[in-house]
Amino acid sequence: MYKILLCLRYLRTRYIALACIISVMLGVATMIVVNSVMAGFSSEMRDRIHGLLADVIVETTSLDGVPDAEAQMEQIRDVAGDHIAGMTATVEVYGMLTFPYSGQYITRPVTLIGIRPEGKASVGPLKDYLDSYNELRQHGEVVRAPLRGQDEAPNWELTNEAADYRRQWLAREKEMLAMFNAETPMPMVSPNVVPEPVEPPPFATTEPPPFEESTTPGPAVAAKPNDLPVFATSEETLPADPFASTPGATENPFPTSPTESDPDHDPFAPLDGRLYVGIGLVSFPYDEKGDGHVETVMMVQPGDDVKIGTVSAGRPPEVRHFNATICDVFKSGMSEYDSNLIFCNLEYLQKIRGMVYPTPDSRLDIGQTVLIGSVGRQLSGVIEKHDPATGMVKVKLDPAQREQGTLTVSANEVKPVVRSITSIQIRLNDFNNADEVVARLKAAFPPGVFTVKTWEQKQGPLLAAVEIESAILNVLLFLIIAVAGFGILAIFFMIVVEKTRDIGILKALGAGSQGVMTIFLSYGLALGIVGSGVGVVIGLLFVDNINTIEDWLTKLTGRKVFDETIYYFPEIPTLVNPMMVVWVALGAMTIAVLASVLPARRASRLRPVEALRYE
Amino acid sequence: MTTPTMSARSENFSTDPHTDSCELSATEQKSTPHLAAITLEKTYKNAARPVPVLQGVDVSVKRGEFVSIVGQSGSGKSTLLHLLGLLDTPDIGEVRLDGQRIDDLSTKARDAIRNRVFGFIFQFYHLMPELTLEENVLAPLMIRHSLWDYWKKRKQFREQAADIIKKVGLEHRTKHKPSKLSGGEMQRAAIARALVGQPQVLLADEPTGNLDSSTGQEIMGLLSGLNEQNGLTIIMVTHDDAIAKQAHRIVRLREGQLESLKNGTA
Repeated sequence: MYKILLCLRYLRTRYIALACIISVMLGVATMIVVNSVMAGFSSEMRDRIHGLLADVIVETTSLDGVPDAEAQMEQIRDVAGDHIAGMTATVEVYGMLTFPYSGQYITRPVTLIGIRPEGKASVGPLKDYLDSYNELRQHGEVVRAPLRGQDEAPNWELTNEAADYRRQWLAREKEMLAMFNAETPMPMVSPNVVPEPVEPPPFATTEPPPFEESTTPGPAVAAKPNDLPVFATSEETLPADPFASTPGATENPFPTSPTESDPDHDPFAPLDGRLYVGIGLVSFPYDEKGDGHVETVMMVQPGDDVKIGTVSAGRPPEVRHFNATICDVFKSGMSEYDSNLIFCNLEYLQKIRGMVYPTPDSRLDIGQTVLIGSVGRQLSGVIEKHDPATGMVKVKLDPAQREQGTLTVSANEVKPVVRSITSIQIRLNDFNNADEVVARLKAAFPPGVFTVKTWEQKQGPLLAAVEIESAILNVLLFLIIAVAGFGILAIFFMIVVEKTRDIGILKALGAGSQGVMTIFLSYGLALGIVGSGVGVVIGLLFVDNINTIEDWLTKLTGRKVFDETIYYFPEIPTLVNPMMVVWVALGAMTIAVLASVLPARRASRLRPVEALRYE
Repeated sequence: MTTPTMSARSENFSTDPHTDSCELSATEQKSTPHLAAITLEKTYKNAARPVPVLQGVDVSVKRGEFVSIVGQSGSGKSTLLHLLGLLDTPDIGEVRLDGQRIDDLSTKARDAIRNRVFGFIFQFYHLMPELTLEENVLAPLMIRHSLWDYWKKRKQFREQAADIIKKVGLEHRTKHKPSKLSGGEMQRAAIARALVGQPQVLLADEPTGNLDSSTGQEIMGLLSGLNEQNGLTIIMVTHDDAIAKQAHRIVRLREGQLESLKNGTA
C-alpha cells in the first residue's frame, strides 16, 4: 500500500519527475511521428512504385515479342489461374517523343507501352493517375474538377475540353496557313514519315491507312456526324496528320489525292495513334516569382499531336515514325514513370511495329483477331459473331480507329491474323502468393524467352533503398530513446539520493528491501506509463495535424519545411500503424522501468542507519 | 511476537545458555528482561582505521520500564539504540527480545519485528514530506499489511490513527503536510506514528534534541504518560541530563562502555 501511495506522491510532488515524463513523452511522440511519416512515405512510395506496374509481369526477352497474346494468357491461366485476378497483354518498346515547343523541337527518350485501357485498368489503378479523372490542384486549391466521371472506363477518346482545344488549334493553324499561303511549315506533316509495311505480313498494313475515297466503309457503319463542315483542303488544315499528304509527296507509297477527303471523316478527330503521356515528359516546373509557388507549365496538352519514333519488330529493326494525339496525361508521382512512360493504343502500336502476322489457322472463331479491308483502308477488330449460314461476320472494331463500334462484313472480307505482344501484366488476388505464382510461371515459360518478375523484383534497388533508409532511421531513433533512458537513470539516481532519508524511515518502520525496490520500480513504471501515454496522445495529434503544423512552421520561419516540388506528395503523407504505437509505448515503459532498476537496487540496499544518518 | 519465526524461536529460549549471563536490573532479578543487549560490540570500519563505537555493552530493560541512555557525543548511545532496534547489526553480541535472540534473524523477520515490536522516534522527526500527517501516522500499518488487507481494513485503521492523533493532540492537523507543522507538532506526529502499530518498545533517539525546552517538556510529558498509563516500554537516548532524569533509570555510556547504572526516580 505504502508503495503505491508513495509512488503516486513522488510522482505528484517531484518536479524532477516531470523531466523524466517529458523525456519519455518526447521520445514516444518523436518515435510515433517519425514512424508514422516514414510509414506514410514508405507506403506512398510503394504505392507509387507499384502504381503503374502490375503485380507480376511476364516479359519476353526480345523486343520483338511473341505471337498470340490469347494463347500465352491461356497458358498463364492454366498454370496459376487460381491466383489471378486480372491480366492484360502489352507491347513495350523504346522510342523517342518529339514535339515543338517555344520555337524548338523537344525530343525525349521514352518507353512506349501499348495497352488496352480497360485491360490496364484491370491490373492496376489507371484512373487514379489519369489527369482527366482527377481534380487539378494548385497550392492546395482545386482549380479544375475532374473532366470524366469515375464510372467512365478509361478509353482513347478525347475529353470534351481536349476536343475543343484540338478544334481551336487546328482551326487557328488552318487560318495561319491560309494567311501565309505557303507550304506547311511543320516538318511533322511530311508524308515521308508514313510508316512502311514490314515484311512478313503481306496484307497487313503497318502504316496508318491513308484516306481512300474509293474504299467504301463497311455497310453497317453509320456515318459519323461531322460537328464542323469539312474543309475543302482538309489535308492542309491538318498539318499534324501524317496520313494527309501534301501535293509534293510523290514518294508516298499510298498516295492520296490532296483534294480528296473522306466525307465521313471529321477533320478535327484525333489521329489513330492515341497516347497517355507521363506528365514529366511534357511539362516543367516554373517558379515565376521565385517565391516557392511552383507552377507546372504544360508544353503540350491533351488534344495536341506529337510525333513518336520507335523501331519495328522486323529484321533488321527499322525506324518507324508516327504522329499521335495525346488523349490524356498521367501523373503517378514516380518521376521514373512520369518522365519516361508513354502509353499508346496497343493495336496501333502493334500495327506500327509490324507485329501483326497472318495466321495459318483461318477459322473465324469468336475472339479471333481479324483485319478488314485492303491495305489502303484497313480496320482491325475481333470477331464477335460468325454466322456460317449467311457468311456474315460481326466484328468488334479495335478502339481509336476511323470506324467505331461493330461492323458486319462478309466472311471473305476478313483476314484472321495474330498479333505479337512483349509482356503480360498480371494482377493477383493476393500479392502474398506472388512468389508461388512467379515460381510456377518460371517453370512454365522458357527462361531464355521470358522473364517473370514481381513488381518488387523489378524495382528491387529502389525498394531496398527505402527499406534501408527506414531501418537506419529506426536505429537512430532508438539511440534517441536510449539517451532518454539514460536521462531517466540519472534523474532516478538523483531522486534516490534525495529520498535516502525517506528510505531510511521506511526501513526503520519495517519496510523490506523488496518494498523499497518496488517503490522505485513502480515509480519508473508510472513515469513510463504517464510519459508514454501523454507521448502517444501528443504524437497522434501531431501526426493528425502535421500539415497544419507544417504550414504554420513555414509561415513562422518563412522557409518551406516540406517542399512538394522535392517530394511528389502535395502534403506530408502519414500512416499510423496501431501496432507500432503499442510497441513504442511498451518499449518506452520498458526502458523507464529498466532505467529505474539500478537506482531502485541502490535504494533497496541502503542500510537504514546510514540512510537515517543522512541529514 | 506474532511472526512465525518469533514463536518458533521462543520454544528453545529457555535452553539458551546465554540467558543467565544477561545483566538484569537489581530489583527485577527473577523476571526475564523484556529487551536485552548482551556484550554488544560494534566497530565502524573507516577507510583509514576502524572506529570502535561499542565495546561490550550489556543492557537489559524490563517490560514497562522507561530507560534513558545518556552519554556524550560519540559515546555510542545512538548506535546502541539502533542495535537494539535492529536498524543495524552488532559485530559481536546479541540482542534478545523476551529472552530470544533477534539480531541474527533473516532480514524479513527483522523488518517484521521493527514494524510490530518497535516504535521509533528520531531527533529530526523523520516524517515523510510527501505524506499528510494522517498518512505518515498510517505508514507502519500500510507497511505491515498487503494492499488488499489494508484496503479491507482501511476504515478501522483510520479510526485507530485518529485515536492516536487525538491522544497526541493533533486532531486539527490531520490533513496537513509535515512542512506546515511546528517542531513540537512534528515530534508528536512522529510519536503517533510510532504508536499506531501498537509496539511493545518505544525507541526514542534524542526526542527533544531539536526542540526548545518547554516543547521538550511537553514531549517528555507525553512519553511519561504513555509509559505510566499504557505501560509502554521506552528506551530514550539523550545527552540532556535533565531530560534523562525523567526516566526510571539512566544508563550512562562513555566511549562505548557502560559507565554506571543507577535507579532513577520518576
